[in-house]
Amino acid sequence: MNVYWKETKYEFLKMLRNPRFALSALAMPLLFYVLYAVVMYKSRHMGGATMASYMLATFGSFGVMGACLFGIGLNLANERGLGWLEVKRASPLPPAIYFLAKLTIGVLFGAVEVAVLFALGIGLAHVRLSPVDTLRMLGILVAGSIPFAALGLALGYLAKPDSAPVLVNLIYLPLAFFSGLWMPVEFLPKALQHVAVYPPPYHLSRLALGVLGADRDHLYWNHWQSLACFTAIFLGLAMIGYRRDNARQNGLA
Amino acid sequence: MQAASVPVSLNHGTSFRTVAGLTRVTKSYGSRRALDAIDLRVSSGEILALLGPNGAGKTTAVKLLLGLLNPDEGQVRIFGNDPRQARGRQRTGAMLQVARVPETLRVREHIDLFASYYPHPLSIAETMDAAGIRELANRKFGELSGGEKQRALFAWALCGNPDLLFLDEPTVGMDVEARRGMWKQIRALAARGKSVLLTTHYLEEAEALADRIVVLHHGRIIENGTAAEIKSRVTRQLVKCRTRLRIEELMRFTHVNDVQRDGDSVEIQTSSTDDVLRQLVQADPEACGFELRSGGLEEAFLALTTD
Repeated sequence: MNVYWKETKYEFLKMLRNPRFALSALAMPLLFYVLYAVVMYKSRHMGGATMASYMLATFGSFGVMGACLFGIGLNLANERGLGWLEVKRASPLPPAIYFLAKLTIGVLFGAVEVAVLFALGIGLAHVRLSPVDTLRMLGILVAGSIPFAALGLALGYLAKPDSAPVLVNLIYLPLAFFSGLWMPVEFLPKALQHVAVYPPPYHLSRLALGVLGADRDHLYWNHWQSLACFTAIFLGLAMIGYRRDNARQNGLA
Repeated sequence: MQAASVPVSLNHGTSFRTVAGLTRVTKSYGSRRALDAIDLRVSSGEILALLGPNGAGKTTAVKLLLGLLNPDEGQVRIFGNDPRQARGRQRTGAMLQVARVPETLRVREHIDLFASYYPHPLSIAETMDAAGIRELANRKFGELSGGEKQRALFAWALCGNPDLLFLDEPTVGMDVEARRGMWKQIRALAARGKSVLLTTHYLEEAEALADRIVVLHHGRIIENGTAAEIKSRVTRQLVKCRTRLRIEELMRFTHVNDVQRDGDSVEIQTSSTDDVLRQLVQADPEACGFELRSGGLEEAFLALTTD
């Protein structure tokens, strides 16, 4: 337990002091939110809610996704490339603790990110959410970040360390856009609207929007099921990457 | 205390315990054979140096002992356990060659973290004293110089108070003074009963530190012994002179390894120039033009590892 606590604590400090992570993963969703919800569309409405609360759900999804892809995926790919993972593996630290700490940090940064978004929404854009709904949305976004944590693990093992930053961005930004996280799905071109309903960020944002009553969704459980499926797929990919990495170090691949 | 380890008797007549060992281990990377059926034992309390040029298989041996690699054939044991299980590594500490370390954590934070992996670690202060890095405690890793980084890596190899330390090229990139400081700290560890396996391609380092040296070349062990033993076995000493004695006669001398004729002079390869000189003068009082060449350690090393 002590090991898990220390590993998580220092993982947290490490990421907090890393300016690139703070900028790309944490600041970007906040800036977008301020720009769209506070500056540009403050008085607009969308699906029965104010734009500012609607975008809490979508940029909240964007935020937890970024925290996981950068905080877990890029972080892991880097440490693998630097030989740091090897130092950990040579120590008595149980490997499960190493991964668990990384997952915790990804999810935790996502939660912090969402909390800051809420503060911005309530403070600057007059978002009104009951405490219960606030907690519900926070809970959904945090629980719904698990598939992205799994995707982070998969990327961390499958990406080549040198090209990982590019790859993570190439997945992060288009995936967010095509799932309607930057602008509502309804605003996307017709052809894209058909595609947008498949990727995991779409399902997460729908679940979060459900809290607002903006889009009470009869597909509630389908969204959770989709997220669970994606989690299983990403964990499978992570396992393949892990095996491949081991095989490569042993000169078999 | 070490119920799982096996007592072995070495020629020294004393009984040592094997704390780590490779038994007939072979390891290939694709088609390249890094280790070829080698046997290696680290005995309790000794400093063992694995010496060899780059690519000889030193790091591969260390990685196998740390459980980072799987052997193709043979058995790897540390304290009687398989090192691939985390439990088996609780009594070992390692200093590996790392490209970069997370740079935003402070030295004392790294030590605090690594110490938490072990059941009975040293305190942070004890660790920093043992590694001589007290003054670096609050520096972020990214702010350290190359030599300071090496010393910090050394600190977390020993912070768990392990019984066996693996040091992979511990002084690479250090200046002379820092290197000697590190040697002193490694000796201090051995004085406290720790076993140390270090790899190096510096002969001087192996000679200065190790109780026993194992020379690896192309994945095979080509020498195993104390520095003095290895030196006497491999040092090529040459006696050159003009003599009427024939090669066959010279070969009958004691301590002569090889004789070559070059015009009217001969080159005699020997392990003892003194003995050869005495025999020469006795057999041929008119022998003249003596030249002696005695290879240094560096030359001995080259002799061992060039094909």
